[in-house]
Amino acid sequence: MGLLNKLDNIESFETGNFVFSTVESLLNWGRLSSIWQMGFGLACCAIEFMAANASNFDMMRFGVIPRPSPRHSDVIIISGTVTLKMATRVKRLYEQMPDPKYVISMGSCSNCGGPYWEHGYHVLKGVDRVIPVDVYVPGCPPRPEALLEGLIRLRDKVRHQSLSKA
Amino acid sequence: MQELVDHPTTEAQVELIRSGKSLRSEEMTINMGPQHPSTHGVFRVELVLDGEQVVDAIPHLGYLHRCFEKHTEAMTYPQVIPYCDRMDYLGAMNNDWGYALAVEQLMGVQVSEKVEYIRVIVGELNRIASHLVGGIGTYGLDVGAFTPFLYCFRDREIILNIFEKLCGARLLYNYVWVGGLSHDIYPTFLDEIESFCGQFRNTIREVNELLTGNKIFTTRTKKVGVITKEVAINYGISGPMLRASGVKWDIRRDDRYSIYDRFDFEIPIGNDNDGALIGDCYNRYWVRMREMEESLRIVEQAVRDCRKTPTLMQGDVQKDVPKRIKPASGEIYSRTETSKGELGFYIISANGTNPYRVKVRPPCFVNLSILPDATRGYYVADLIAIMGSFDFVMGEVDR
Ligand code: SF4
Repeated sequence: MGLLNKLDNIESFETGNFVFSTVESLLNWGRLSSIWQMGFGLACCAIEFMAANASNFDMMRFGVIPRPSPRHSDVIIISGTVTLKMATRVKRLYEQMPDPKYVISMGSCSNCGGPYWEHGYHVLKGVDRVIPVDVYVPGCPPRPEALLEGLIRLRDKVRHQSLSKA
Repeated sequence: MQELVDHPTTEAQVELIRSGKSLRSEEMTINMGPQHPSTHGVFRVELVLDGEQVVDAIPHLGYLHRCFEKHTEAMTYPQVIPYCDRMDYLGAMNNDWGYALAVEQLMGVQVSEKVEYIRVIVGELNRIASHLVGGIGTYGLDVGAFTPFLYCFRDREIILNIFEKLCGARLLYNYVWVGGLSHDIYPTFLDEIESFCGQFRNTIREVNELLTGNKIFTTRTKKVGVITKEVAINYGISGPMLRASGVKWDIRRDDRYSIYDRFDFEIPIGNDNDGALIGDCYNRYWVRMREMEESLRIVEQAVRDCRKTPTLMQGDVQKDVPKRIKPASGEIYSRTETSKGELGFYIISANGTNPYRVKVRPPCFVNLSILPDATRGYYVADLIAIMGSFDFVMGEVDR
């Protein structure tokens, strides 16, 4: 609305500042600067994920704010072991999120089963078997810095997204 | 409308709530979890509600079952230690220690003084770190106080930095080995711990100012979720929860292991000062706060001993690690006090390099079993405060 109001007044065109951009990059810029994440912890990795949110690493400076509901969130960080019992719930949560939505798989467990890949009869061997993953963060547990790096990669991905092509 | 019954713990009292109604009201069953910010992991409670009042809370487990026992069958004795880390991931050092101690007792290994001292120091520091996250930081979050969480995590990072220098890991250490430690200490280890101890008392004071005296916090926690002494003992709960109910029981003192007999420390128990009730949420929080101070005292005493006798910190930490860990046939039950309570390991050996069976007695699982009794008759909003004060870790409940 602010921009439209200005258009009525031709003077402000001469004195004000202009920024040229495409709708696409404007939208992408908006999206990548406020990636709201779902506050959802699964196992040990969730502790490092909490540490990334807390004072020393301060993930919120990237506009990442934890939301309690999947309906508010843009990214879901799968932080921990996904068991078979939990897999259906994870899928449900993912489906409840509005588009566009992104998934960060944090830690070996959600990447591939981690320490439980061989004998874990009840562990899903990689969360990508139930939901599509955008960024994989390796480690057991990944350091908070590694998670931040994963987030920056996700921002890059969002930055180069195209509206017309999927 | 019936007055809120003070603390109905028995089925009969629940019947009383149900029958005492002048108007017949419909009960409603709702689901809380497995994804809920205050269930501290993936845990589902089926709530039977009458209006706002909790009539029953039925816990459903197994969302984080990671097959611990199955893994122990397939692993050699030292390989089990990383899986112990991943049970109670807030207090991984203490878990390692509990397991290592059990295997050492099974094999009759005696570790050196140096190893004992380092174990006590890292164990107590880890207890502080665990309370900072589970018992205080996220508990504040649960009842709506965000700032203490940030303060707690700031100081926890100092402890994690020390551990990282010690063994390379921030959270899951695999540091305490059967018969020794994975790494020797680094040169400035004791200095850094001393400087941490010096500044941590300030943090305790800050958190006290932010939480302990906070009207909102105390109103939400005092007289809520009362667990009486008898009920607590009958359920077999342990750790800070049991002590908050007024039972002076700490395995570090009552069933001594390692070198805890050399240190002078108090065992804080719940009290009924300032309108609190013994065994309520506030007391569980308060016991953890004071326990951190006591842990700090133990660490300080241990560091002082190490300074007094310079020869103490010399020698190889892996000198007593057995070349081949293959205990003779037999079984052992050994228990230690972790930050959550009594952690027991029951190990059966069949004279092989793999344990025949490792059964864990996890404190969190037993502590959580009291949830239906502790919540009956309270309001839904209190449920969050009650569950948070249990400080359970789902990794250990489901294993
Ligand atoms: S990857 Fe490692 S730290 Fe993360 S949940 Fe799995 S076992 Fe825990």
